[in-house]
Parts: sequence; C-alpha cells; structure tokens
Amino acid sequence: MSLEGKVWRYGDNIDTDVIIPARYLNSFDPKDLAAHCMEDIDETFSKKVEEGDIMVGGKNFGCGSSREHAPVAIKASGVPVVIAASFARIFYRNGINIGLPLLEIGDDVEKIKAGDKLRVDTSTGTIEDLTTGDVFHAHPLPGFVQEIAQAGGLINYIKKK
Amino acid sequence: MGMNMSEKILAKHAGLDFVEPGQLITCKLDMVLANDVTAPPSIKEFEKIGKPVFDREKIALIPDHFQPAKDIKSADLAKSVRDFSRKHKLVNYFEAGRVGIEHVILPEMGIVGPGMLTIGADSHTCTYGAVNGFSTGVGTTDLAVAMATGEAWFKVPESINVHLTGKKPRNINGKDVILTLIGMIGVDGALYKSLEFTGPGVAELSMTDRLTIANMAIEAGGKNGIFPFDEVTREYVEGRVKKPYEPVEADADAKYCQTVEINLSELRPVVAFPHLPGNTKAVADIKEPIKIDQVVLGSCTNGRLEDMEIAAGILKGRKIHEDVRCIVIPGSQWVYKEAMKRGYLETFIDAGCVVSTPTCGPCLGGYMGILSAGERCVSTTNRNFRGRMGHVDSEVYLAGPHVAAASAILGRIAAPEEVE
Repeated sequence: MSLEGKVWRYGDNIDTDVIIPARYLNSFDPKDLAAHCMEDIDETFSKKVEEGDIMVGGKNFGCGSSREHAPVAIKASGVPVVIAASFARIFYRNGINIGLPLLEIGDDVEKIKAGDKLRVDTSTGTIEDLTTGDVFHAHPLPGFVQEIAQAGGLINYIKKK
Repeated sequence: MGMNMSEKILAKHAGLDFVEPGQLITCKLDMVLANDVTAPPSIKEFEKIGKPVFDREKIALIPDHFQPAKDIKSADLAKSVRDFSRKHKLVNYFEAGRVGIEHVILPEMGIVGPGMLTIGADSHTCTYGAVNGFSTGVGTTDLAVAMATGEAWFKVPESINVHLTGKKPRNINGKDVILTLIGMIGVDGALYKSLEFTGPGVAELSMTDRLTIANMAIEAGGKNGIFPFDEVTREYVEGRVKKPYEPVEADADAKYCQTVEINLSELRPVVAFPHLPGNTKAVADIKEPIKIDQVVLGSCTNGRLEDMEIAAGILKGRKIHEDVRCIVIPGSQWVYKEAMKRGYLETFIDAGCVVSTPTCGPCLGGYMGILSAGERCVSTTNRNFRGRMGHVDSEVYLAGPHVAAASAILGRIAAPEEVE
C-alpha cells in the first residue's frame, strides 16, 4: 500500500499517556479518543491533523501503558502509518492487531523533519522523503505479522482461520 | 544448548522441547486478565469473533482503575464488565469491596503461580514474574482473541541477566533496586527483552521486593521480569496457589544477550525525577530542597502489606507536613484489613493521611488525588510521565514507601534516615 502525507514530528519516549491521557479512557469511541490525541504535548495536533498525515517519532515510541486506545486514537485521527526509530513492544503489537502499520527505521529517523512530505510503501517498507529526496528502508515485518496486517487486524485474521 | 527461565515457560506452553530468541510461537495460556478500562473494548472485539470463552476459570476481570465508579462513563464501563462476567459465569470476577488492584490480588490469592503463563490487558501484568511465572502485558485485541482461543502468539525474547550480589542494607527495598536498574539501562534498555534476576542477591529480597521489581520491568521496555523459585517463593505460594504448578530454573548454560551487575550493598534510597522512570537520582545527592504538595502511598507497585508496614514505621507518632496531603491506598481488601489489625491505618489517620479503599485511582490520573498545575507529588507508583497524575504542568517523583513517608513528614523529598 502506497501512502503520501505530511509529517507530524515528535521526539523520543512518546508515552501512551501523552498519546491519549488516562482521563479520557472512560470512553473507547475512536472519535472521542482522536479529539484528545497528543493534546498534553501538542494542542494543535487534533485540530490541524489532516487525513493521510504521517506521525514520526524517535526511540521507544508508545512506551508505558498497554492501552490500545493509543494506536486507536492515532488511527482515528486519520494517520495511516507511524514511523519511529523504535517502538515499545505492547504498542507495536497493538498497532499490528488493529491494522495500523508501524515502521522502524532506527537512527535514520533523525533526517525526517516536521512538515516533510513522505511517500511510504507499507508492504516493502520503503520510505521516500519527497522534501529532501532521502530514501529509507524499514525493517520488514515477519511474514506472520504481514498476514495479520493484510487481513486488516488480528480479529479478522482469527475469524478467517 | 540450555534455556533460561522465560524460554522454558514459553517452550512448555508452545508444546515444544526447545525455543530460542526470535522464534515466533503460539502458546496456551494459564490465565488471561483485564480491568475495567481494557476489558470493555476487549469484550466488544470478543463478540465479533462469535465464540464462547475458552475457559471460565482462566479469565480474571478486575474492576480496579476507575472503581468504585468515578463518573457515569466509568460506571458504564464497569457494568459492561459485570454483565459479561455474569453471562459467561467467570470465576475470577470480583466486585468492589471484595477486590483490590489486579496485580496485588492475583499473586495474593494464588490465581497466578510458578511456571504459569499469563497475559493481561494491562502493562504491569509483568508483576507475576516475581513468583517465577512468565507474564506480560498486551492490548485489548490480543486479550479478546485470548478470551476466545486461550492462546496468544509470542516472539521469544532475548534475555538480560540482572545478576544481584551483596547484602541488602537497611532502608533499601525493591523500589530502589528497580529504579536504580532503569537508571542504569534506560527506559528502553530492555526493549522487547526479558529481565531475569539471578545471583545470590535474590535471596536478600522479600516477595514484596520482587513483586515491586518485576512490576516495573515494563518501565525499562521489558517484555517480562522473572525471578527464580526459592524458599521465599515456596513460602509465599504454599497455601495460596491451589492448582498444581511447576517451577522453572535456568540451565547452567542458559543464554543471555547481556549481563547487568547490581551489588545490593551499594544501593542508596533513590527517586526518579520527572518525566521518566529512568531519571534516577540518589536522595542524598539532591542539593536544593524539592518542596512537595502531595504523597501517594500504594498502587500495584507498592500497595502491599510490607509497604504499609515500612510507611507506618516511619509515620508512627508523627504528623504529615502542614503543606502536604498524604494519600494511602492499600492494594487489596486483605492488605487493608491486615493494616487495620496491625494498627497501621490508625497510625496513618493520626498522622493526617487520607486512607482510601483499594483502587488504581491517582496513579494514572484517574481520581482520588489529581494534581493541579505546578504541583509536585512523591509517589510510590510506577510512572512519572508528563501529565500522568493530573495537570500537564504537574510533576511526579517516583520512590519507595520509605522515601515517600519521610518526604510526607518533611514536606520535601527526603531520605528515611532524615526522620530517624
């Protein structure tokens, strides 16, 4: 799947408490969650994010709580893919399970700046920065994980099985 | 080639003789856990699968985060968990007043034990490594599938050997050990990995210390944290764990990707500064006094009887500083009652503390002690992320019950020695 979008750039150790603060966990409606996504570190995100925009973080993205509300909030904001140096493991699992592709590119992430235009092929893991001309390659997803992604998430995958 | 403790539990539950790091496996689960925040979306996903629950004795649903309900939406969440538990006749559902914080009660009631494999839709599910089990946190979709199938997929993690030596000094507890370790390796130091605690220093640690340490493996990015089975474990699980269990020990030639040495005798009481659990600093090294507004004693990290005993020992006959609110939350009904019988609750109340029914409440900024802008809290909980306990401009300093109690008396971050 090829995607194009503008970058929202965040730093290292973006935790699930800032992606969606616990005070909003009394709902799991994706729209409610998207309305408060990232608000504790970036009040502009939920107001200005556009369908197709891409979120880019540093090391250990999604650390902390296991709340699946976090990737759900990002996905419901219209973000179709998240790129980071590395992801925290529960967040990574949750992303796969809900059908939100997550691409790890290590230190290359430093070269991507806020507002850059990216073209991302989620099946090959190729990322082109159309603003700078840089091309990056994400670690490929294990085959089994690709099957879950292709099915549109773990529930569909299990139902098909 | 040998296997370590985590690999042995994963291999056995995958029906394999041997596993190695990186291998993708499917395992049968001994226990599947969720709370009032994570169970409701899980239930919704579970219903899409269209199967019955795999085993009504192996699912634990614990309403602890926002319960007794803090608002109408939280009451709705709790109701959906209650209705689901009744419909499927779940054995391990506990109503407010008969319950406690999930990671305090599951080991306490013997619902988890040695050699067992547990997943939970709560990141601190890694706590049960303290009793020699493999347990890890997952999200709501994994949980939904597990409730239907009794299985989950895993990538076998690499393991870090945390080798403990030396004698544990007085005034040092599990929180100092784990905050020191996270300070050494960083909040992603164990990313995707297992932390295995080994060495002669393990025998120095009480079960409470071990539960606190395993609980925070996730704060170093770890998949799980696990302790060997020894006399301390045997004494703790006997009479609690009713099901047969098989302890695991690492083979002599078990593989580890890294070894971290911690000499317990060199540890000092520490706090983790905002806004990461790895910002560890010895209390004695703090130059300028850090005034505080609130102290929270409790949580799945430090809400056990021994934690209450440590805090009560320091607070006995003293008063909380006039500028500080101190909120004490025993982690379970059992801890609550024992603390009452032993006079700890009276000590807390006489000192001027709030004493609450068991709840996760303030730890995640839910209720029962939310911070205002600019306020500082010393908390025995596990996370000090920005806005974790309230306003985005509030600050949380993580510490053990000894530092928390001393700080509550002096109105600033303080070492236990300062109030002796």
